[in-house]
Amino acid sequence: MSRGVTRRPLLGLLIPAAVAVLFIALPLIGLLAHVDWSNLPSQLVSTDVLTALRLSLECSVIAVVISLLIGVPLAYLLARTSLPGRRIVRGLVTLPLVLPPVVGGIALQTALGRTTPIGTLLDHFGIVLPFSTAGAAIAEAFVGFPFLVITVEAGLRQRDDHFEEVAATLGARPWRRFWEVTLPLAAPSIAAGAALCWARALGEFGATITFAGSFPGTTETLPIAAYSSFEGSGQIGMAITLSLLLLAISVLVLVVLRDRWLGALR
Amino acid sequence: MRSRIRPLLLFAPGAIVLAACGSTSTSGPSASPDPFSGSITVFAASSLTSPFNTAEKGLELDHPGFTAQYSYGSSQALVTQIINGAPADVIATANTSTMQQLVAKGLVDTPQAFVKNKLEIIVAPGNPKNIKGLADLATPGLSVVLAMAGVPVGDYATKALKAANVSVTPKSLESDDALVVEQVESGNADAALVFVTDVVSAASKVTGIAIPDAQNVIGTYEIAVLKSSTNTTAAQAFVTSAVSGDIQTELLSVGFLKAS
Repeated sequence: MSRGVTRRPLLGLLIPAAVAVLFIALPLIGLLAHVDWSNLPSQLVSTDVLTALRLSLECSVIAVVISLLIGVPLAYLLARTSLPGRRIVRGLVTLPLVLPPVVGGIALQTALGRTTPIGTLLDHFGIVLPFSTAGAAIAEAFVGFPFLVITVEAGLRQRDDHFEEVAATLGARPWRRFWEVTLPLAAPSIAAGAALCWARALGEFGATITFAGSFPGTTETLPIAAYSSFEGSGQIGMAITLSLLLLAISVLVLVVLRDRWLGALR
Repeated sequence: MRSRIRPLLLFAPGAIVLAACGSTSTSGPSASPDPFSGSITVFAASSLTSPFNTAEKGLELDHPGFTAQYSYGSSQALVTQIINGAPADVIATANTSTMQQLVAKGLVDTPQAFVKNKLEIIVAPGNPKNIKGLADLATPGLSVVLAMAGVPVGDYATKALKAANVSVTPKSLESDDALVVEQVESGNADAALVFVTDVVSAASKVTGIAIPDAQNVIGTYEIAVLKSSTNTTAAQAFVTSAVSGDIQTELLSVGFLKAS
C-alpha cells in the first residue's frame, strides 16, 4: 500500500462505477420499498415462515457438515500432495461452482433417484433421497462444497509447510502432524470456507427443487418457499417477506464473518 | 409506460397478399384481410402445451407470415407475470380464478370459457402398485405428488380428494402439472393427480387411472385477449379459433371437453 499518494479519480470511470453500485443497490431498494412493514412481524413468526427457516437451517448445517467431512481431506490432498490427476480432480470439484444448479439437480436425480441402481439399493434400507430432507441437504452440499474445498486448499497453499517439517523432525507421526499442526493452522480458512459453503447452501434453490421437490417442512427451504409464494400461490407479499429474511441472513453472515472471511480470501 | 416497436407489422401487407393467394380457408368474403398476420405472444397453462404446439404448426401453414410464441407455465405464475408487466397478447388459464385476477385489474377483455378438463390418476406404466381409485392414494408408504395450492391442477386435486374424504400427505408440491407428471415418469413418485390431457401428452411413460365423474372435478379453462396487446386482430383470431375453430378441434382431439 502506498500512503499519501493522492490521485484525481478518473472521472470517466466514475460513471460506470456508479452504475455498477446502482445495479446492485436498486433491486435491494426495490425489495425494501415493497416490504409490508406493518404485517412483517406477524408474517415472520407465522408457522409457514418458521417451518421454512428451521428447515433451511437444518439442511444447510447438514450440508456444511458433509462438506467438512469430505471437503477438508480433499483440500489437504490437493494442496499438499502430488497425486496423479490432481488437476482433473480440482477441475471436477470446481465444476459445481459454474454448473447451473438445476443441472446439478438433474444429475443427482439420474444418479440417486429412486429408480436408479443406488436409489434402489438405498430403498432396501428404507432410504429414499428424493422428497426427503436428506435429499435437500445433499443437493445443497453438492452446490456448496466446492466453496469449502477451494477456500481451504488456497489457505493451505498460502502457508508453507515448515511447521509440519519442524513437527516431523521433532518426531511427530503423520496423523499427529495433521491433527495438531496442519488443521489448527488451516482453521481460519476452514472457517471461511465453511461460512461460504453455508451461505451458498442456505440460498440453494435449483438443485434442491429439482432433486428433492418442494414440500413444507420436508424440502421447502426458504428460497423454495419464496418461489412457491411468488410463482405458485401468487402471494407476492409473502415472497417479499421471505426474500427480506434471506437478505437479512446474508447481511448478517457478511458482517459477522467479514474479518475471517475476507482475511482468508485476501 | 411501455411502448413496443412492431417491426413485424411492416410485413403485414405482404402477409395479406400471401394469405389471399394461399389461404385454404373458404369462409368470409375474399376481400377481407387474413386476421392471422404478424406475430403474437400467447401465455398458456402448461396443460395446453401439446395441443397449442400442434395447432401452431397448422396455423403457420395456413397463414404464412403469422407466428405465435408461447410461454407455458402454471396459470398463477403466468398471471403474476402479466400483472408484473410481461408483454403478451393472449392468456389462457386452466381455471377461472386466476383469470379473475386479470379481470379485476382490468388487464384483459372479457374472458371466454373454451374447454373443460378433468382429473385422472397417473401411475408408473403397468400400475405396479395396483391403484384403482382416489381412496388408494391414502395407502401408507405410497409416494404421491400433487401440484401446489394456487396452481389450478393442485386446487382441483385437493377439492377432489376432500370430496372423496381421502386424506393424502403428498411428498412434494410441484409448481405445474408438467413437473408433477415428470415426478411419476422418473419413478420418484408412485402416483399423482393431473389432468386427463396430461396423461395423453405423456403417452406410454405413465398409465392413467380414470376417476369416475361422480368423484371427479371438472375445471373450466378461460382465454382472453390482453388490453395491452399490440396485435389485437391476430390475438382475437387466435381466441376465436380456440373457442370454435381449428385450435378447438385440436384441443378436443387430445381429450379436452367442450366448454358448454
